[in-house]
Amino acid sequence: MDFLQPSSWDEALAVRAERPDALPIAGGTDVMVELNFDRRRPGALLDLTRVGELQEWSIDDGTVRLGAGVPYGRVITELGDRLPGLAMAARTVGSPQIRVRGTVGGNLGSASPAGDAHPPLLAAGAEVEVASAARGTRRIPVAEFFTGVKRNALEPDELIAAVHVRTARGPQQFCKVGTRNAMVIAVSAFALALHPDRQAVGTGIGSAAPTPRRAAEAEEFLAGELDWAGRAALPESLAQAFGERVAAAAAPIDDVRGTAAYRRHSLAVLARRAATWAWDDLRRAA
Amino acid sequence: MTTAQTAARTTGRIGENAQRPDGTLKVTGEFAYASDLWHDDMVWGVTLRSPHPHARIRRIDVTEALTVPGVSAVLTADDVPGENAFGLEHADQPVLAAEFVRYEGEPVALVAADHPETARRAAARIRVDYEVLPALTDARRALDDDAPLVHPGGNLVRHLRLRRGAERPTAPVVVSLDFEVGMQDQAFLGPESGLAVPAEDGGVDLYVATQWLHVDQRQICLALGMPPEKVRLTLAGVGGAFGGREDLSVHVHACLLALRTGRPVKMSYGREESFHGHVHRHPATMTYEFGAECDGTLVYARAHVLLDGGAYASSTAAVVGNAGTLGLGPYRFPSVAVDAYGVFTHNPPCGAMRGFGCVQAAFAHEALMDELAAAVGVDPVEIRRRNGVQEGDRNITGQVIDSAAPVAELLQRVADLPLPPALPEQPDLRDLPGAVGNTTHGEGVRRGVGYSVTYKNVGFSEGFDDYSTARVRLQVTGGEAVATVHTAAAEVGQGLVTVQQQIARTELGVEQVVVVPADTAVGSAGSTSASRQTYVTGGAVKAACEAVRTAVLQRAAIALGRPVAGLALDGDKVVGAGGEVLAGLADVLGDDAVEETVEWRHRPTHAVDPETGQGDAHVQFAFSAHRAVVDVDTELGLVKVVALDTAQDVGKAINPDAVVGQIHGGSAQGMGLALMEEVVVTDGHVRNPSFTDYLLPTVLDVPPMRVEVLEYADPHAPYGVRGVGEPPTISSGPAVAAAVRAACGKPLRRVPIRPEHITCT
Amino acid sequence: MRVTTTVNGTERTADDVWPGESLLHLLRERLGLPGAKNACEQGECGSCTVYLDGEPVCACLVAAGQAVGREVTTVEGLAPGQSLHPVQEAFVEAGAVQCGFCTPGLVVAAHDLLARVPEPSDPEIREALAGNLCRCTGYEKILDAVRLAARRRATR
Repeated sequence: MDFLQPSSWDEALAVRAERPDALPIAGGTDVMVELNFDRRRPGALLDLTRVGELQEWSIDDGTVRLGAGVPYGRVITELGDRLPGLAMAARTVGSPQIRVRGTVGGNLGSASPAGDAHPPLLAAGAEVEVASAARGTRRIPVAEFFTGVKRNALEPDELIAAVHVRTARGPQQFCKVGTRNAMVIAVSAFALALHPDRQAVGTGIGSAAPTPRRAAEAEEFLAGELDWAGRAALPESLAQAFGERVAAAAAPIDDVRGTAAYRRHSLAVLARRAATWAWDDLRRAA
Repeated sequence: MTTAQTAARTTGRIGENAQRPDGTLKVTGEFAYASDLWHDDMVWGVTLRSPHPHARIRRIDVTEALTVPGVSAVLTADDVPGENAFGLEHADQPVLAAEFVRYEGEPVALVAADHPETARRAAARIRVDYEVLPALTDARRALDDDAPLVHPGGNLVRHLRLRRGAERPTAPVVVSLDFEVGMQDQAFLGPESGLAVPAEDGGVDLYVATQWLHVDQRQICLALGMPPEKVRLTLAGVGGAFGGREDLSVHVHACLLALRTGRPVKMSYGREESFHGHVHRHPATMTYEFGAECDGTLVYARAHVLLDGGAYASSTAAVVGNAGTLGLGPYRFPSVAVDAYGVFTHNPPCGAMRGFGCVQAAFAHEALMDELAAAVGVDPVEIRRRNGVQEGDRNITGQVIDSAAPVAELLQRVADLPLPPALPEQPDLRDLPGAVGNTTHGEGVRRGVGYSVTYKNVGFSEGFDDYSTARVRLQVTGGEAVATVHTAAAEVGQGLVTVQQQIARTELGVEQVVVVPADTAVGSAGSTSASRQTYVTGGAVKAACEAVRTAVLQRAAIALGRPVAGLALDGDKVVGAGGEVLAGLADVLGDDAVEETVEWRHRPTHAVDPETGQGDAHVQFAFSAHRAVVDVDTELGLVKVVALDTAQDVGKAINPDAVVGQIHGGSAQGMGLALMEEVVVTDGHVRNPSFTDYLLPTVLDVPPMRVEVLEYADPHAPYGVRGVGEPPTISSGPAVAAAVRAACGKPLRRVPIRPEHITCT
Repeated sequence: MRVTTTVNGTERTADDVWPGESLLHLLRERLGLPGAKNACEQGECGSCTVYLDGEPVCACLVAAGQAVGREVTTVEGLAPGQSLHPVQEAFVEAGAVQCGFCTPGLVVAAHDLLARVPEPSDPEIREALAGNLCRCTGYEKILDAVRLAARRRATR
């Protein structure tokens, strides 16, 4: 096994192209587990922690460009106001020690259906910026980024550069169910973003399908039913109906962490509650 | 007027909060745990384990593994020089599987190499040709005629039959239930580790984290075909045990590799291997029925307890003994019929874990006591108080409980503690079920309160020759009196080293007490289990100190020309009845050391009658009660334990702070089993061998715990002590389960309680 | 490969490091610093917590090569010489140590918390230490130790 340590983004892309057998590593919170548990022996590790470009974030025209190497801890402290859904999710990632190291880029790279960052990115309609030495940069809507269980749309010579997320125009919520009150992988997770500027609703479901996914039909339903102009209280029946539609969008399985039936049930509850909280926030803000 | 000086009283005696002698080393990272050991020229050992729960080994080919550069040995069953068998009660487990593998994770081959990665890669190149066989993985089928046999002698490890009172009792009120308990893991944080160093005499020195050096030594000797004097064990730093180190892990393997390679060999499991490398708590399937008068007074009990022992016997028979003889809880039953079974399956072997058979049964009998309370319309505390045993009562094996049995008082103590305040209007997420998972802001949350009272035997039971050995030496070096205590008793974190110091200070009046590392150069101390070491090794240290003191005072009496009767030791001096200094220890001892070795036994226990289960099986009982308060998100099935308060009789608190610490930790383990801890085994395969999916309670899961310590001295025990470690693990879980039931109104007949059990989805 | 890193203020070098090796293995097995503990190897217990460039991390999840040129502080380096840091003193005095395997990681995590938040509330302490599992104490005396260390800090 080799240890490849580029110090610039261009160099990283060149190395990526040369060494398709190299496994990118950033915070190490997924990769090192695979190595320590003897589940993976790549030809090389491609360490991205020396690539300064990845460690930065910036705002342009109301959209945050979040470098792939920015750890969760910084998302919480530096971006909590602009990306509240992502920050709420970041707070539930592992432990403080994990949040110091783990990155949103790494979460996307692993593409686990249980990745905590994915539902808020889906709800916010984020785009993943990827690049290769040969073809330069392209942007992939996050909803199209996840292609299967722990699979994503990256080509073998590509690396994740950043994720682009519109700053919140309305309330956002993130809810995660686990069987322990800290440091737990999601049994199910749900993210909601209200976009009052365009009278739209965004959703993201985690741990309840082969990939993180939106509940598109539920989004449209709720956006159509909400009293955007009058901001009347959200009827419980509407919240309930939204929850049922979110649950219907899931395709969960039974596994050691939970049952498919419970995952569906919990999503309905989470979506109902999240919609109520978010709408109440919007009404209060008015 | 006399001007005699009064000796400054020795501090750090029993009853005081003496600090751990190893505390500083542990907070600085200098304490040497087994996995920290290092030796010049050492190589690393790894284990190749079976991927199948049941298979015949047709052939093992190690040729390729041996060609890996850096590999110094590859061993299989053929390389075991002695008997290829070990086991705590029956030597039924191969050191390395020979013809069959009987559980997933059973050791098949060993590799020694210069780096753990080299050893792992080499192990991956060992070719094992398995013929996969049908596996028995459902304990309820183990005794069926057509069940696959795990061992030629059949699948029954032990059946304990217990009958007392009327043969066919009836009662106006009858309640019954079925209950299941999942497989819990000890999950000590320090992984199994050891360092074996080949010795010039052809023997081996093993430094290992364990609970009982001498039972290890006996088994290693059998496997190596060596006498005990050639197999010397020293206790390495132990990172927790909880029963999981009572059986062998790396012991024989490291010795085999060291003897083959002629080099020191270190073995240290990773967490995944650790889940395969030690026994777990037996999963249980139980059916209980209680009959009572209309006022709730118990008339009879029937119980059927089935424990899945997994592939090898380990301590299953003794666990069955506890589940049977203690499995109805600390209540008076005029008539009883209990059948407790332990069976073999092709599941992971199960054995000792804190609470040992009482934990499983307690979930059933306490749930049923709540059922009975509801059936007769009295509250849970009252039903238990009404039926609780008292000192002088006979328990269900007919044994008289001959020291304090404060069931009613313990319940009253926890019931009288203030309840935690209700949740505020806008609670902090961290105080809610789900915490920062942000799953509720109060919606669906209901509070529940649950009670439990349980008891447990202390020490080894049913006629076991349970003893400990202590060697105590007193001498003056550099002008300072120093007592040295040497036992083979394993300090695993519980604080026995401090207890030994406190006893020596108390008995010898000497401030400086050195507890030397435990090893096999002194006689057996028995196991650090069954809450027994303060009692038994404490008793041995006390007796050895008394012998030393007698010898020293006899010398002093001669030197001083006074009768022994008026002399004592205190403040590093020989003192008179009023504490006045009569002589310095240096004056009495000079350069001599006084040393005494004592083998000390508690009162004998007796086997129970094979037909009726009657007999004086136990030496002492320890009682505890818990009250749990929980908030349950009834829509999502998530639980936040708000308070977990307890009262326990410890006889005499040798170190009050350490006693409370034990009770805290034990309570948290019981809570873990009630809510989240389970080794999930499907078709013989462990599905969650990691801390990602085997969930231990975090600091956000364990609530504040108030502890009421009662000290009703047991007149038969040294200082009146009563075992402390296990009772809290037994009574906390059932209280938590009861509180969750109270909050959500669901029967919840299985632990750990999963969210989907509460939501019924 | 060769790894050079600053550990507890001293530059240290190790040769023949396997590239898949963790910082934890490097510290424990090559640099003679076994204070950080190996309990889960997957960032789920916090026993291996060390500072990397001033931030508490799980050393088991840092590739040894990632520490090249960085500054690592382990539990062995929290206090000079034979002295104890007040957090370490508090752990001993409060009875927060039983088997002690989780202790080095908890000491570093608590040290970091008190450096950032001198007077933490109980929920803050709990959230900050939620990545450190303890199997012996039920955490009560660990919380006592952190409160004690915070109080002492405040009165100094």
